[in-house]
Amino acid sequence: MTATAVQARPSTTQSADPTPRRPKGRGLGLVAWLAGIVFFLPIAWMALTSFHSEEDAATNPPSFAAPLTLDGYREFFGTGGGASPWPSLINSTVASLASTLLVLILALPAAYALSIRPVKKWTDVLFFFLSTKMLPVVAGLLPIYLFAKNTGMLDNIWLLVILYTSMNLPIAVWMMQSFLSEVPVAIIEAAQIDGAKLPTILTRVVAPIALPGIAATSLICFIFSWNELLFARVLTGVVAETAPVFLTGFITSQGLFLAKVCAASLVVSLPVLAAGFAAQDKLVQGLSLGAVK
Amino acid sequence: MTATTTAPVAAPPVHTQKKQPSGRMRAWATRAPLLPALIFMIAVTQLPFVATLVISFFDWNSLYPDARSFTGFGNYTEVLTDAALRKSVWVTILLTVGVVLTSLVLGLGLALLLDRKFRGRGLVRTLLIAPFLVVPVAAALLWKHVLYNPEYGLLNGLLHYVGGPQPDWISNTPLLAIEASLVWQWTPFMMLILLAGLQSRDHQQIEAAKVDGASNWQVFRYLTLPHLRRYLELGALLGSIYIVQNFDAVFTITSGGLGTANLPYTVYQTFYQAHENGLASAAGVLVVIGSIIIATFALRVVSSLFREEVSRA
Repeated sequence: MTATAVQARPSTTQSADPTPRRPKGRGLGLVAWLAGIVFFLPIAWMALTSFHSEEDAATNPPSFAAPLTLDGYREFFGTGGGASPWPSLINSTVASLASTLLVLILALPAAYALSIRPVKKWTDVLFFFLSTKMLPVVAGLLPIYLFAKNTGMLDNIWLLVILYTSMNLPIAVWMMQSFLSEVPVAIIEAAQIDGAKLPTILTRVVAPIALPGIAATSLICFIFSWNELLFARVLTGVVAETAPVFLTGFITSQGLFLAKVCAASLVVSLPVLAAGFAAQDKLVQGLSLGAVK
Repeated sequence: MTATTTAPVAAPPVHTQKKQPSGRMRAWATRAPLLPALIFMIAVTQLPFVATLVISFFDWNSLYPDARSFTGFGNYTEVLTDAALRKSVWVTILLTVGVVLTSLVLGLGLALLLDRKFRGRGLVRTLLIAPFLVVPVAAALLWKHVLYNPEYGLLNGLLHYVGGPQPDWISNTPLLAIEASLVWQWTPFMMLILLAGLQSRDHQQIEAAKVDGASNWQVFRYLTLPHLRRYLELGALLGSIYIVQNFDAVFTITSGGLGTANLPYTVYQTFYQAHENGLASAAGVLVVIGSIIIATFALRVVSSLFREEVSRA
């Protein structure tokens, strides 16, 4: 944004609204509330259904006041028979955390080179990263599948880690490039004069200042990895199955599993919901590749 | 992205790289931190694509590996004359344009509502963001089973109270059913970006316009909308990148049936279920060509946003 916008911000956030104390505002506030409730209703209904018995879940008209039970969750976690989701939840956690870590290791120095010590044609490099994001996943899926099959890497969680890293690296480089641009160059030059090498500068000088941005980047990489289905569906099977692949088991689920479907969907979404709510503002900035603040 | 930060970025390369005595060494030292990420990206994304390109010229069904033969552009003519594939191109366009435009318009409306001050604004914002934070497969399952189900879904359950009809949503309007679920997921994303845009407006300018007698509509039309243009472009661009590639909703809600197979789903099916490696690759390459056309346009939009920021420095 412009310098004026940045300077104007403190005053706008404190005196808040440009048009306060308007009688019309109350009506529009109600409309906003209504919209919020309509958008949230499916999730609220999913949560309520997950605590109903399967009989009460599958009624028309819907049963709002039916007794609550944990049966749906018991069924989902396999204590009522059926496959346990734990291996898939653990796989998703490992794949998402490991690829996020790998993204940070690769993106931080790259973003540093692009923002603080710019290389020649730096915008070209930035655009190359972004353009890989526009290469559809299906364009490389088959060779990756054949490669994995021939090298025995099929159904291996580490293959997913590599692919998720490549999926998130462009976004991470872009985001961090914008976050690192906020680190004053003078501080880095001072550290260089004191004889600090790149790893020291990155960990001691840059990281502490850019930490909120780095945290937001990690969060978004984690969410995208956690959500990913196509790679996981094609490249994993029994051993390395992830949580979204586990959920696809419910695609043809009929009638009496509604509470279980709801419990499953909610449990798998929970890490993303929690992380997203916790970092709403940084999420926006990150998702728009740092272009919006 | 502030003026202070972009200025040093744009300036240094000119003199640091020319005048230093050990210029070449320094240039490499500057580039070195970039290399791991660059090499990784080229290896993991570009090499497989080259392989896809090569495979696309072969007649190769993985169930008959011995019958593999070079067929030139045979796969491409087959793909281009295939009615199902041409249909999936059309479905992809309908899905992307429909979802991006609808969620942009709804997102703009919601952002304008949330830009005003009212009681519980923070909570409403949180409620509105939630759909974007549900895992896509879970969201698709929610719509398929919990909302759309003709016998016990919530939609027909609510219609029951007003004595409305009880349609079978997915069978009657399969593509609209998928689009509605995606609009529900992506509207919050558009709202978030546009809300950030609204909050970066110059409020003094708006006050001045109002003092000069501009109506609310005039302020929106001549001040807010032009200011939001780049945010609308950014939302459309990022939304398109993800929705063109949508697999989860199509796979979950209809499994590509009822004429809803989009290109990613068709390519997936061609090699994963029909084992036609050559055909799938040709289709994949065509998807890429289509994407390149969109991407050139999209990158131009982004780089204009980008240049605007640098030039403001």
